[in-house]
Amino acid sequence: MIRISCPFCGPRDHAEFSYGGDGSIEYPALDAPVQDWHDAVFLRENICGLQLETWQHVHGCRMWLKVERDTMTQEIRSVTPAHPGLASVLESQA
Amino acid sequence: MSARRLDKGGRIDRSKPLTFRWDGKALQGYAGDTLASALMANGQRVLGRSFKYHRPRGIMSAGVEESGAIVTVGSSARAEPNVKATMQELFQGLEASGQNAWPNVRFDAGAVSGLFGRFFSAGFYYKTFMGLPPFEWGRGTGLWMKYEALIRKAAGMGAASREADPDCYDHAHAYCDVLVVGAGPAGLRAALTAAEAGRDVILAEQDFELGGDLLNDPFAEPKRLALIKAVEEAGVRVMPRTTVFGLYDNGTAGLVERVTDHLPEPGPFMPRQRFWTVRADATVLATGALERSVAFAGNDRPGVMTAAAGRAYLNRFGVLPGQRIVIATTNDSAYQTAGEMAAAGAEVVLADARERSGNDVASGGRLQNGLAPLEAKGRSGIKSVQFARNTGSGWQAAGREDCDLLLVSGGWSPVVNLASHRGVKPEWNAELACFLAGECAEPVYTAGAAAGVWDAAACEASGEAAAKRAMGFEAMQPAPGGWTSPIEPRYEVRLPGSKAKGFVDPQHDVTGDDVRLAHQEGFVSVEHLKRYTTLGMATDQGKMGNIVGLALMAEALGKEIPAVGTTRFRPPYTPVAIGALAGRNVHGHFKALRRTPLHDWNLRHGATMTDAGLWHRPWYFAENGETIAEAYVREAATVRETLGVCDVSSLGKIAVQGPDAAEFLNRVYTNGFAKLAVGKARYGIMLRDDGMVMDDGTTWRLAEDDFLMTTTTTGAGKVMVWLEELLQTRWPQLRVHLTSVSDQWAGVSVAGPKSREALSACLADPDAVSHEALPFMGVVRVKLKNGIQGLAARISFSGELAYELYVPADDGEAMMDLLWAETKHLGGCLYGLEALGTLRIEKGHVTGAELDGRVTIRDAGLGKMASAKKPYIGKALQDRPELLRKDRPQLAGIFPKDRSKTFNGGALLCQPEEGEGFGEGWVTAVTHSPALGHWIGLGYVAGGHEAWAGRTLMASDPVRGAPVEVEVVSPHMFDPEGGRMHG
Repeated sequence: MIRISCPFCGPRDHAEFSYGGDGSIEYPALDAPVQDWHDAVFLRENICGLQLETWQHVHGCRMWLKVERDTMTQEIRSVTPAHPGLASVLESQA
Repeated sequence: MSARRLDKGGRIDRSKPLTFRWDGKALQGYAGDTLASALMANGQRVLGRSFKYHRPRGIMSAGVEESGAIVTVGSSARAEPNVKATMQELFQGLEASGQNAWPNVRFDAGAVSGLFGRFFSAGFYYKTFMGLPPFEWGRGTGLWMKYEALIRKAAGMGAASREADPDCYDHAHAYCDVLVVGAGPAGLRAALTAAEAGRDVILAEQDFELGGDLLNDPFAEPKRLALIKAVEEAGVRVMPRTTVFGLYDNGTAGLVERVTDHLPEPGPFMPRQRFWTVRADATVLATGALERSVAFAGNDRPGVMTAAAGRAYLNRFGVLPGQRIVIATTNDSAYQTAGEMAAAGAEVVLADARERSGNDVASGGRLQNGLAPLEAKGRSGIKSVQFARNTGSGWQAAGREDCDLLLVSGGWSPVVNLASHRGVKPEWNAELACFLAGECAEPVYTAGAAAGVWDAAACEASGEAAAKRAMGFEAMQPAPGGWTSPIEPRYEVRLPGSKAKGFVDPQHDVTGDDVRLAHQEGFVSVEHLKRYTTLGMATDQGKMGNIVGLALMAEALGKEIPAVGTTRFRPPYTPVAIGALAGRNVHGHFKALRRTPLHDWNLRHGATMTDAGLWHRPWYFAENGETIAEAYVREAATVRETLGVCDVSSLGKIAVQGPDAAEFLNRVYTNGFAKLAVGKARYGIMLRDDGMVMDDGTTWRLAEDDFLMTTTTTGAGKVMVWLEELLQTRWPQLRVHLTSVSDQWAGVSVAGPKSREALSACLADPDAVSHEALPFMGVVRVKLKNGIQGLAARISFSGELAYELYVPADDGEAMMDLLWAETKHLGGCLYGLEALGTLRIEKGHVTGAELDGRVTIRDAGLGKMASAKKPYIGKALQDRPELLRKDRPQLAGIFPKDRSKTFNGGALLCQPEEGEGFGEGWVTAVTHSPALGHWIGLGYVAGGHEAWAGRTLMASDPVRGAPVEVEVVSPHMFDPEGGRMHG
């Protein structure tokens, strides 16, 4: 029963969202070496504590979000648009 | 026990008698009774048989902690086992029966297992049956499973109905500022305080009446009524018969409201229960406390119950539960009860285990200090109590008292379950001998007896303070306690070396000896103790026995209770019907249903439908009583001979638009899309990051910056999410807009040698689809004769000359009317998913059955679609060494060696001499090919079909039949050059 405050729609139940994955991954260029892709796709930390994740508000505005979630307490520390352009627009309005 | 209904007093309505049946016998109670109180008033003493030993059991409590009066309510499909008679509201015509007994609870043949009780001690299963005898070595646990089945039958609770649940259940959601759990003095006051401050309040109470312990106090009625009136006037949403069974993150609570369980005849559209999800900003837990028993021999005999229960039956239900009553206590709380029982005419002896107490018994009750119950004697009901006195070095027998009822108060356990759900660790309060919930990091506040506050007036103050804190104000909550003299906790009374059974957890038949045995065998952590003895794992989750069990374990370990700790409570607080969790999501509503715009048209034209993901799609169109096998073979043959029309509206369709759309598609698909000409379509494959095939489909370029992507029916949602993720998280600089247009278009495939003829006859300009105007893989905008605008693409899944025609969804039926007339005229047919499968299997075209997430583009035989000239998603990782192995399973066609035979989809492909193992491959799809005249299949085989040329494999499917000899061929089994579709 996580609740995520979507920057576009407001606080919503987690049932409206779908989990993406590790939000800290920087995916390499398409023509990057195999090793870089291997590390980005397969290597994951098993974090006990604050973790950066991607979620999509799939039954809402369909925006992808970056969510800081505490895996111990389910506390959600921050939610921002995954799209950097939108994130900076929202930040400048805040 | 000679319980009798009193002429006056109590909350029952004597002007409303109710008839009910117990084990087939008609009995009478009154409105306001529970099943338990009505049975007690009728002198019914033995109401159940215990879990393991089949010991006779009677009423032990008046609430959710009941461990004796566990019965089956209702009959046939509506039979519900393991109902606590103490919680079942009586209604006219209620049917209830005893369970776990044969022929009935009063004469139970299974009681003989009580004689062998020593075999049923803790860990009995594991020790007796898992330590397999030598002749069973190496043969697994088969023998143990057999024994277990027999023992399960003998030991157990009631049996569930085998019939489908005829009732319906609802799901509902609610929001509030403050959720108050429990409507005793603390809960009522908390709800009132918050509502009067303008807060939106929900007050949930599991009982059918509000008041909590006020209901058991005849002098508290004016107070109770005033509080309820004020609560209602303040606008509190009151939910009686509603249990808050779990507390979850962010103030979310799970509630079950029993809507019709108390009605003789529910209204036609009423759900039996309603499962509420309540989201509250703050929660007040005024859940009260439960009285616990003491472990002594025979403490489970009918006629032994908690002191509070006795009081409830007397004051709330107007039943004097016994004539000669012994009350055994360790604390002050039983004194009131003793006086009230005496005043009602019973002969009362109050045995206080404490040598001194500052109280007196009113109304002529006799007080005996320093005595604790050692044994309850009597077979199917208590006849006398043997007392013991604590000499300081142990217990010593000390006198005996005849009685027909023994009320016990071993102390009180605040209900901290819901706080525990939130991870709050219960803390031991030695002074009150109970666990109290610690502070919660979330806005969850405990009040009243749940916080260890015993006095009713103090409970109200506690509720008020909790409500203030829930609203964000500072408030001091009253300190726990309220007794004039302190409790002297007693958990067990037994003589040294005694073998008598004193029950710790009566519902699971766990005794004090079981706890000591577990300790002796090394199960010293509470969590291990719980699992080994099953203490606290019955339907009451140890509401009565947990503390006693912990205390005995602490004693065995020579530690204090806090050092032993306690197990964490988990939801649900009381059992929840599976039906309530499922709600309306059953039968046809189990999953969403999607229909194409041509759904009704297909049905009108004889379609038999099948499920494809969430979609209903035409499966086949039977003519003149054809079977499915006859219909699909005819349909597939007709497509190859003349033409056929098939609804393909369920394919996923995504509008990919914007200046960078071509570049975006070029990165997503393995083949080139950057240079795709306007008016052209291309088949594309997209991979996941890890190099496995994700989905396939054609994408049509309608303009420089406008593409229509199609996906598989089942992959549509996944692909849309994936493309959105790429654009928003990885490539935000790309100027591309995505719109799902799956539901905007009605689409058909028109396939067969005469498809062009049929299609052009439907068009305003018949030449618009000529070979020159619309070559293979071309796309044009078309206008039908009846004015409908659409898109036509010359693409083929069947391997024939074929087109896909898309028109706006609302025009779908008009298009079909036009097209079907021309198709019929040319001797064509409608075809469904089964024939579609036949056609594509003959051609070796892949679908979800082949693209199952484990195959690379090379495995699927589509390696030449992987561009060497440009990078794309999945390119790097598809070349991992393991994925390049030559012997990886690869797509192949499969023929039965004996062409008259068939074989099964899902069969393993094995070497003839290979009896076990993983085989060389597997079969993904099988069909009867009219073009080839025999059964054929697709599948994967190690190294691909060339590796198996001229060799025989077995299609092995031992569950469904004998293996079939097969040979492996190219997956392109029909028209491998593709001359027909280019023609």
